[in-house]
Amino acid sequence: MFDDLTHYNFTLPTEWHGVYLPGLVPYVAIAFFLGFSLALVPFLVYMERVVIAFIQDRTGPNRVGPRGLLQTIADSIKLFFKEDIRPKSVDVRIYYLAPALATLTALAANAVLPAQFLYFKDAAGHVLSVPFTVGDVNIGLLYILAMSSLQVYGVVLAGWSSNNKYSLLGGLRASAQLISYELSMGLALLCVVLLAGSLKLSDIVAAQNIKPFGIDSLSDVWKGSIFSWYWLGSLGVPVILYTIAMIAETNRAPFDLPEAESELVAGFHTEYTSMKFAMFFMSEYISMLTVCGLNAAVFWGGPLPPLNIWPLNAVPGFLWFVLKIMLGIFSYIWLRGTVPRLRYDALMNLGWKRMLPIGLIWLFLLAGLNLLKEPNDGVMPPNPDAVPQVQVVQPVEGDKD
Amino acid sequence: MQLAPTIFFWIMAILSIGSALMVVVSKNPVRSALFLVVTFLAVAVFYVTLSAQFLAAVQIMVYAGAIMVLFLFVIMLLNLSAPEALKERGTIQRPIALGLGGLFITALIFSQALLQMPTRPAPAEQVVNLGTVQSIGLSLYNPNLPWLFPFEITSILLLIAVVGAIVLAKRKLD
Repeated sequence: MFDDLTHYNFTLPTEWHGVYLPGLVPYVAIAFFLGFSLALVPFLVYMERVVIAFIQDRTGPNRVGPRGLLQTIADSIKLFFKEDIRPKSVDVRIYYLAPALATLTALAANAVLPAQFLYFKDAAGHVLSVPFTVGDVNIGLLYILAMSSLQVYGVVLAGWSSNNKYSLLGGLRASAQLISYELSMGLALLCVVLLAGSLKLSDIVAAQNIKPFGIDSLSDVWKGSIFSWYWLGSLGVPVILYTIAMIAETNRAPFDLPEAESELVAGFHTEYTSMKFAMFFMSEYISMLTVCGLNAAVFWGGPLPPLNIWPLNAVPGFLWFVLKIMLGIFSYIWLRGTVPRLRYDALMNLGWKRMLPIGLIWLFLLAGLNLLKEPNDGVMPPNPDAVPQVQVVQPVEGDKD
Repeated sequence: MQLAPTIFFWIMAILSIGSALMVVVSKNPVRSALFLVVTFLAVAVFYVTLSAQFLAAVQIMVYAGAIMVLFLFVIMLLNLSAPEALKERGTIQRPIALGLGGLFITALIFSQALLQMPTRPAPAEQVVNLGTVQSIGLSLYNPNLPWLFPFEITSILLLIAVVGAIVLAKRKLD
């Protein structure tokens, strides 16, 4: 399926000193994704502070290290050595479980992101394409959605176990918000699944490696280019819905009501100090990376270069992927710096009364367009894997209408 | 039987049954809900080992991710965390539950369902595409298989539930 990716630069041998190299990809990917997401967090914090300072016309961090680069390192050392205070009336086990759960689910979610396609050539000269992920499972998209739906537990449990009214309110807000916006997120992604015909993320990326809208008369420069990615392929609306929903899913401004400091002190993490607070902080940034990675892979072509011409398609796909993630993070920070926080009822109205209907309408619209393109005569294809050949059980067809 | 899958199976089995027991035994409603989440996750792992990946993902998304969050939401909103508010005294619920459970286990034993479990894995070519979205969709919407009608009935049932919820909520507002 990926043989027609035009921009692969080099191939690796399948066998190297008797080791089957494609089999090693998941292990390297585990190390890579863990290291990538954990090591990038201090940089993201630094980036956020610098960009916010620029937007607000301040200087930003400039004391520790050149241009303040070591500021977040100093901050994390401070967080490590701060006294660990546990309030008296917390529910101890759940209180300690919550930050761990938040970080765990955030880290687990990015296991299926296709960061790059690796090419292995065996002795017979066949090229084998392996996406660089921990597991390229055929339910990749659902896996990410499942993990991000589990993320609410960290926040909710932290809010509840702290035994503090502000924390509890923060946790309740978080759970309501996440449930509401997950639906719009799922609908936006469903539009792409409809077009790509697969839930496997590497298939979705490969399905974007076509000429824009499948018009074959265009030159090869446009193959897999920025105009054939699904932000345009799904006619623009799902990417907007997804971007709004992903900001709400990660509890970031302007949707940061679970930790609105003017109303709830610090929301669900009011009672957390030192490293436990830092773990919530980390999980927020890691889940930002994950949802931006999903955005990049599903709507923005993943590791594909923006134009299929020489200097661009010689760059390893991984770098394009990281660049797209970073642009996503930048837009997060940009929004935080410019948009005021929503009121709670406005947040609920936006999720349920605006985004959800628009997403549903768009899903039907895209399905209709797809049918126009490939008319379906309504005949079921024979199902070869219907394991038990069940003898037709009575009146099924009769009752259908 | 291979060793590693067996050990894995037993770990997951103990985890799922143990947490299912803790749902009932635990005094604190939030803890009960959390143990129920663990049970759901363990069941999802069983689905994966039975190569029903789609079912596993949906199990996590729907049950662990949405329904249990709603449960927790309600528990926290009503602040049921005080155990003394939940103390039951002298209900006949417990003996009835024990009796019905015993009946169920005897029925299982007498029907010999426990003895007729498959003892070896199904052939690989049958298993690979069993639980993918494609094969589930093709089976579900295939008019030659008996699953289309129950599926439609279920969706109508869900629609009725949604309409009913809206009606009830509106009546309170008016």
